[in-house]
Amino acid sequence: MNEWMNTDREPDPLPSSLPGPTAPSLGEPQAEVEETLKRIQSHKGVIGTMVVNAEGIPIRTTLDNSTTVQYAGLLHHLTMKAKSTVRDIDPQNDLTFLRIRSKKHEIMVAPDKEYLLIVIQNPCE
Amino acid sequence: MEIVYVYVKKRSEFGKQCNFSDRQAELNIDIMPNPELAEQFVERNPVDTGIQCSVSMSEHEANTERFEMETRGVNHVEGGWPKDVNPLELEQTIRFRKKVEKDENYVNAIMQLGSIMEHCIKQNNAIDIYEEYFNDEEAVEVMEEAPSAKTINVFRDPQEIKRAATHLSWHPDGNRKLAVAYSCLDFQRAPVGMSSDSYIWDLENPNKPELALKPSSPLVTLEFNPKDSHVLLGGCYNGQIACWDTRKGSLVAELSTIEFSHRDPVYGTIWLQSKTGTECFSASTDGQVMWWDIRKMSEPTEVVIMDITKKEQLENALGAISLEFESTLPTKFMVGTEQGIIISCNRKAKTSAEKIVCTFPGHHGPVYALQRNPFYPKNFLTVGDWTARIWSEDSRESSIMWTKYHMAYLTDAAWSPIRPAVFFTTKMDGTLDIWDFVFKQCDPALSLKVCDEALFCLRVQDNGCFIACGSQLGTTTLLEVSPGLSTLQRNEKNIASSMFERETRREKILEARHREMRLKEKGKAEGRDEEQTDEDLDIDLEVLVSRAEEEFFDIIFAELKKKEADAIKLTPMPQQPSPEEDQAVEEGEEAAGEGKSEEVEEDLA
Repeated sequence: MNEWMNTDREPDPLPSSLPGPTAPSLGEPQAEVEETLKRIQSHKGVIGTMVVNAEGIPIRTTLDNSTTVQYAGLLHHLTMKAKSTVRDIDPQNDLTFLRIRSKKHEIMVAPDKEYLLIVIQNPCE
Repeated sequence: MEIVYVYVKKRSEFGKQCNFSDRQAELNIDIMPNPELAEQFVERNPVDTGIQCSVSMSEHEANTERFEMETRGVNHVEGGWPKDVNPLELEQTIRFRKKVEKDENYVNAIMQLGSIMEHCIKQNNAIDIYEEYFNDEEAVEVMEEAPSAKTINVFRDPQEIKRAATHLSWHPDGNRKLAVAYSCLDFQRAPVGMSSDSYIWDLENPNKPELALKPSSPLVTLEFNPKDSHVLLGGCYNGQIACWDTRKGSLVAELSTIEFSHRDPVYGTIWLQSKTGTECFSASTDGQVMWWDIRKMSEPTEVVIMDITKKEQLENALGAISLEFESTLPTKFMVGTEQGIIISCNRKAKTSAEKIVCTFPGHHGPVYALQRNPFYPKNFLTVGDWTARIWSEDSRESSIMWTKYHMAYLTDAAWSPIRPAVFFTTKMDGTLDIWDFVFKQCDPALSLKVCDEALFCLRVQDNGCFIACGSQLGTTTLLEVSPGLSTLQRNEKNIASSMFERETRREKILEARHREMRLKEKGKAEGRDEEQTDEDLDIDLEVLVSRAEEEFFDIIFAELKKKEADAIKLTPMPQQPSPEEDQAVEEGEEAAGEGKSEEVEEDLA
């Protein structure tokens, strides 16, 4: 699971291809979102944060483009599969959170109806 | 006799219902007994009838067709974007993302998910729930189990005209690849149109070699460079040394010039430990050992002639058929010869005659394998004739341990890189023997029939659990041995070293005793010599020869009769050691056998 992940690389701070909205043009709620994501990224051991929509398209990311596309595509699939598994077992149940522990880090996926928030963390730092 | 009874029914009554009624019995026919037939009657006693209570079965076999596979790939591109957005257009994707970010749903979802996520991140940072508390506790002792080995894969020579797999080399990193040299070693009897290609196999794919190496003459040896796994060194049947770079493909990258190469097939090529990783040396049956630098292959950097009379004459040189080099002893190397003598050499000696340090005679045939023990380099393993022998550098007259004479010729041997007391041998009858002399001295711990044809070569992977064997028909079999044979046993190093030392000591004592006896004999003979003339000696010699011959044939016939009596069809040993030597060997063996088993028991206790 870790083979395609380069952990030695420092996460790129918001690559120019996917810019976040600039502060002055923001409305109140959007600024709050920015604040939340920034806070998450600033936690100890957090390697990358990304937001993926229902189609698996990355909306926001702190990693480089190719890594993001790979993570987004694969984790979107996995999360959908996990979600349907949970629902198949019990139709009244639903997936609330997905944690994938690997040798190198932990991938956490918080699913929502339309979006996925994905955080990659190295918990042993 | 024909009995006919006719029923009659009217045509008009056909199809009518039956009208049954009672009536008296009436006689239609009466057959009288025939006394003639009664006379012919014979009672069968006893009667044989086959009775089988289980279902009868028969053996059938079916060979499924080989299924050839190959690897193909598909390149997936980014997808999932709405139809009106081209993922390659940066502007469109940015616009799409901005639109999404302004969406109220998005803002709400992220705010909500963010708090859940933060909780988890904090959890992870607070405590490592996967922490192993008693990690450094010793692993559970390996269970005692019978040694075993299983075949994992078989790699067949893809050529129509099959050639023998003559040498194997493992890829230096891990166990993913194996290089196999294919050639026909029958002198001037190579089939017409035989391919000279050798292959590098990917262990996952036995259907198709990963790369074909195309030399001008078939390769007898092939060796990966331990420093640069892309580079391979091959020794050709015509005596040339060739180099490949797998990045450059199948064609030879460097080739030695034919004038300065060996004149016979190259039976040994080894990479030296050097800073550049480009130095190597080779040995051939023409009696020369040559050093090379692959950056300048036009001529060898150094040549040593294997003349044990130390006159450096190529006519007297012994043909080298195996080569040994241990990187921890960089100035030394050893050569096994066709004549059964092992030559120990020192490369850094001042004069070339001094380069040959000493010899170890003992085998009756070519020394096909020669390897120092990876843990105790003073001790080395050789294979020649029908035995495998272990030698100590300190004892030059005979080996310190040896196997019995096998029925089939031994072809190759190697130490286990993990266990000092384990070695592997291959035989002409297609068996692989695994020896563990801590466990058993007289017989192999495991004997495995790998294939029907002769096995030619053997190579153990560095982790000690994978063994590759090459056969006469070019089949390379990959085997995995049981964990017991590939993990270091408790106390094994000590047991092995004490056994080596003890056997060396024993051999030294025997040597001293032999010398003493010889001196005594000499003294006696000298006393007699003074009375005898030269002519007498000549006659004496003839008598001696005839007596020796008689004795030799007596032994052979006795042996043959014994075998016949045993009703086992086995071929006699074509060569018998001289009676005196034979006795000494037997004595030694007995002493060794007893000594070993006793001490092992002590050690184990």
